[in-house]
Amino acid sequence: MKYETQKVALPFFMVAMALFTLQIVFGLLAATVYAWPNFMAEVMPFNIMRVSHTNLLIVWLLIGFMGSTYYLMPEEAEQEIHSPNLAYLQLAIFAFAGAAALVGYQFGIHEGREFLEQPFWVKILITISFLMFLFNTSMTLLKGRKTAINLVLMLGLWLAAVFWLFAFYNPTNLAVDKLYWWWVVHLWVEGVWELIMASLLGYLLIKMTGVDREVIEKWLYIIVGLALFSGLLGTGHHYYWIGAPSYWQPIGSIFSTLEVAPFFAMVVFAFTMFWKGSRNHPNKAAMLWALGCPTVAFFGAGVWGFMHTLSFVNYYSHGTQVTAAHGHLAFYGAYVMLILGIITYAMPQIRRVQPYNQVLNMWGFWVMTSAMCFMTFTLTFAGVVQTHLQRVIGMNYMEVQDQLGLFYFMRLGAGVAVAVGAIMLLYAFFGPAREQVPAGGTQMTTGTGSV
Amino acid sequence: MADGLTKSAARNIFYGGSLFFFLVFAGLTAHSHWYMVNVSTDSEGLTDSVKHGKEVWEKNMCINCHSIMGEGAYFAPELGNVWERYGGHENPEAARAGISAWIRAQPLDVEGRRQMPAYDFSDEAMSSLIDFLEWTDGIDDQDWPPHPAG
Repeated sequence: MKYETQKVALPFFMVAMALFTLQIVFGLLAATVYAWPNFMAEVMPFNIMRVSHTNLLIVWLLIGFMGSTYYLMPEEAEQEIHSPNLAYLQLAIFAFAGAAALVGYQFGIHEGREFLEQPFWVKILITISFLMFLFNTSMTLLKGRKTAINLVLMLGLWLAAVFWLFAFYNPTNLAVDKLYWWWVVHLWVEGVWELIMASLLGYLLIKMTGVDREVIEKWLYIIVGLALFSGLLGTGHHYYWIGAPSYWQPIGSIFSTLEVAPFFAMVVFAFTMFWKGSRNHPNKAAMLWALGCPTVAFFGAGVWGFMHTLSFVNYYSHGTQVTAAHGHLAFYGAYVMLILGIITYAMPQIRRVQPYNQVLNMWGFWVMTSAMCFMTFTLTFAGVVQTHLQRVIGMNYMEVQDQLGLFYFMRLGAGVAVAVGAIMLLYAFFGPAREQVPAGGTQMTTGTGSV
Repeated sequence: MADGLTKSAARNIFYGGSLFFFLVFAGLTAHSHWYMVNVSTDSEGLTDSVKHGKEVWEKNMCINCHSIMGEGAYFAPELGNVWERYGGHENPEAARAGISAWIRAQPLDVEGRRQMPAYDFSDEAMSSLIDFLEWTDGIDDQDWPPHPAG
């Protein structure tokens, strides 16, 4: 850690991990209801569990993006953070808003559109905090060095803020409501968040592989170009069945198929840089996440997305467990693994120790990642059976669900394994620093360390 | 890949191309907005009661169990076409009574069956909610879902 203010990231990472833990808790509760439907039915209805699960994900990922930005910006801009106090203040506001929303949900205080359930005043606080964050990081950038990494990152964050404004627009016409709702939801996760993802990944690869910045930054522009060229019109795959014109069927099918391209490019990018790299970075665990993230994102977002994106397939699979399967692995691969990778990379430097608890961290990686894959497989099987029975044969919804019990039990088991993996990771991040050398890792102790 | 491409060329392609695709997307969205208001939905039938019904739908966060036109949670049945499922096209009065009675009967307390909570809707709120579901069923959505089952 070259710059003192990079440590601003630490409380962001801590809050993010606390909310991540809660997200898993609510996920486990909801998965339990799928297995035993009467579980907590009177105390906490399913919709409260689900809104908590999804909102916690969004909030902690955003806090994770903020922490990652505060961590890398000084190094990239060669400039201390404009105002660390402003950073702490905006984190406090954001965390308060998130916590207030979460507590409010338990008492039925919410708006009613999926993922945008935060009460109006919480949305206002989130907006204020995010603008403070953008101001703080943009000022740092303006004073300092501009690189493709920090420019693309800030562009992604600013555009995320711009599209967020559609959350305040709730037309009375349900079809129009859905049309613009996707301007937040799709343009975030299949659009501008990919700018954030690619630039953070590029940063990790520059630091850990030692490959020339020029090469990595050229790749970065190609990848984010592919992301937006495909992702903007790819929104069309959400416009098939909501009352929009039929031209979205060919447009959405073609462009959302192309959405696989940026994810594939990220896999090739990460592995090529890894093989070309001359630097033998001591943080093997961070390297594992940097390679794992694009790989799982490619399968979760790319392959599982493509599986049901063509309009004539989606006509049957839309809104089944297939969607749930895709949603879980896509978010995990693209964004959860990204933040966990950044934290894995940054924590030893923030704590000013050599990479530590690496073996445990890598166990956490494998346990959690295989559990998420297994969860995705069970939901995919459930979705295929559901699609056939309900959409092809025309069986009643509840009868179909009765046929899926086995899959839901296996999903709950996978969820428990995810929780075990998460506990390992949390201990590896925040527990006592005990240096461990991975097998065959003698070379790694010769690495130069804090780069 | 792309050895002949310089970094600044890649950057310009990214900015120029993204702007181009954004403008196309925004234009098509504007047309879709027009199409929804004028062609695929019943703008005249979008009464105060339907609007109020959407508020009831949102206030009770139905979306985090049910789905509507395929979007939402996947824990409870699709409601975008519930009007059709209750025979609303043939006998609107019976569909109205059926949906209302079903909601009023919750929770069913059947062991091992997913349980919908009790909602203490006023008659007016119930009527608006059903108006909203009827209006939604009337959206021309390319004949989705494939079966009345939802």
